[in-house]
Amino acid sequence: MNEPHLVEDLLAKNLVTEPIRKGFGRGLLKAGQIDENVVGACADLTTSTAMNLFADAFPDRFIQVGAAEQNLVTVGSGLAAMGKIPFVSSYAAFNPGRNWEQIRTTICLNNLPVRIIGSHAGVSVGPDGATHQMLEDVALMRVLPNMIVIAPGDSLEAERATMALAADKEHPAYMRLAREATPIITTPKTPFAIGKAYVYTDGSDVTVVSTGTMTYHALVAAEKLYKDGIDVEVIHCPTVKPLDGVTILSSVKKTGLVITAEEGQINGGLGGAVAELLGEEHPVPIKRIGMRDRFGESGKPEELLEHFGLSAKHIMIAAHDMIEQHKKRS
Amino acid sequence: MTNKKYTIEELELKANDIRKDIIRMLEEAGSGHSAGPLGLADIFTALYFDVLKHDPDKPDWNQRDILVLSQGHCVPVRYAAMAHAGYFDKSELMTLRKFGSRLQGHPERERLPGLETTSGPLGSGLSQAAGMSLAMRMNKEQFRWIYVVMGDGEQDEGNVWEAAMLASKYHLNNIIAITDRNNIQLDGPTETIMPLENFKDKWEGFGWHVIEIDGNNIEAIIDACAMGRAIVEKPVMIIAHTVPGMGVDFMEYDFHWHGAPPNAEEAKKALAELRTLRGKIRSEHE
Repeated sequence: MNEPHLVEDLLAKNLVTEPIRKGFGRGLLKAGQIDENVVGACADLTTSTAMNLFADAFPDRFIQVGAAEQNLVTVGSGLAAMGKIPFVSSYAAFNPGRNWEQIRTTICLNNLPVRIIGSHAGVSVGPDGATHQMLEDVALMRVLPNMIVIAPGDSLEAERATMALAADKEHPAYMRLAREATPIITTPKTPFAIGKAYVYTDGSDVTVVSTGTMTYHALVAAEKLYKDGIDVEVIHCPTVKPLDGVTILSSVKKTGLVITAEEGQINGGLGGAVAELLGEEHPVPIKRIGMRDRFGESGKPEELLEHFGLSAKHIMIAAHDMIEQHKKRS
Repeated sequence: MTNKKYTIEELELKANDIRKDIIRMLEEAGSGHSAGPLGLADIFTALYFDVLKHDPDKPDWNQRDILVLSQGHCVPVRYAAMAHAGYFDKSELMTLRKFGSRLQGHPERERLPGLETTSGPLGSGLSQAAGMSLAMRMNKEQFRWIYVVMGDGEQDEGNVWEAAMLASKYHLNNIIAITDRNNIQLDGPTETIMPLENFKDKWEGFGWHVIEIDGNNIEAIIDACAMGRAIVEKPVMIIAHTVPGMGVDFMEYDFHWHGAPPNAEEAKKALAELRTLRGKIRSEHE
């Protein structure tokens, strides 16, 4: 684990946690200090999406559109058409859940650098229930030409990704954020670049490709599996689109077995993306951890993750199953 | 930048030529919308040949006024007006809706300089204009105007009213919206499909200054835009009452021509009518 840098003890009970959205808030503030063309717009969820830091620092560059997500992204399109780098935020269930066509036509077809920020993604939103647990956002955004899709793994990475999105003025982008406190697994030295996947742990038996909040679970699973004699290579894939096929394929050619892990629908999500890549380039057995074509429900985040099979334990079970089947075949 | 000041007669004749091109383009394309573009010919003539500060040689000129066409299906009138203004050669008009053309069936900003945005799906133009206006304010760019041409049927879309509230909240007074109030939409008369009346009250209720005009009277259009620029306290909505299919007798007022092109015979008939109209315009100004 020399490169890239991660925290030393991932299994430590006292691992520092922070909501991923907080990193976005810090990143946007910093990006705003660097570039006066960075602007923010929000649909009545300024503090919830952590845009309040920016809004307080730059009131003249912040637009409150009210609870109107279609307006949020189309105003964003107009701002970008005049040279701004707009970050437009709401809950992922509404942005991009409600305003998909406006994103398609006025942002992607126009190819404007609007940054769509969807907070409170995944079942870990918890008690709010299925309406607010956005699971289809990655699939919705991934099918759009020109669109970049990013799901940071912790708050530090969200900060770096936000800065990177402010500096890249080429394409539209969607970034999904989680509500709950998430373990901080990276350090200030961990690299991040749009479009790049990172091998977080080397291994030779199974490749786990994970994104967003699931990378922590993948790393925990890898540590425990090592003790079971299974050597896992964890690839953290914060950019779901464009997918870093080179990094994934070079790992898969070595291990021959793949597990994907994400806190969203596997259909059309990272699981879909990796399955498409491997299906065309290097077909190998694959298991996809994520939501399997169903909605979430109210509950505590940890009990929901357990119920829907989204934890280190489920990655471990999948790895054991795969190795077992592989042995039977060969 | 276009400095030439045209007389009303010259503008009316230009609008008539633009109508003829619309007929030719739609006949050649074999699909597209007839009624809206014909009804809008006077508004687009007024905009491109009098109202707008623009430069056909420099579509990205950073001091230009912005024209957002929200109802993308009416783009043939914009293409025709742009060609007449010198943005591109008139011969290109005949490529409308054809493979490889810059003149897509619905306007695409990335393909043709000067379009400002991509539109077609309804109801999103005004909020993009609001975003542009907010950006101009942040940039301290004064004296640039944003004109937004919207359909009436389009205003069934909720996005329009979200934008109306936002523009009012932020006093976006460099926005002058023009509603093409032709009372038809694809399925029939607007007041049957989804009544918009009392339309003026709606916009005033949303905090806009409303001007009502005859949208086929070029002088009235130019005057209303001038008045719109003088209103500093609110965004401005010009309700321009137009005749759908204007200039072609058998198309006028008939919603069936909203989404249909003329065939060869109909085009011939339409062009003959527009030629007669040209004579009429000239004699009226004698």
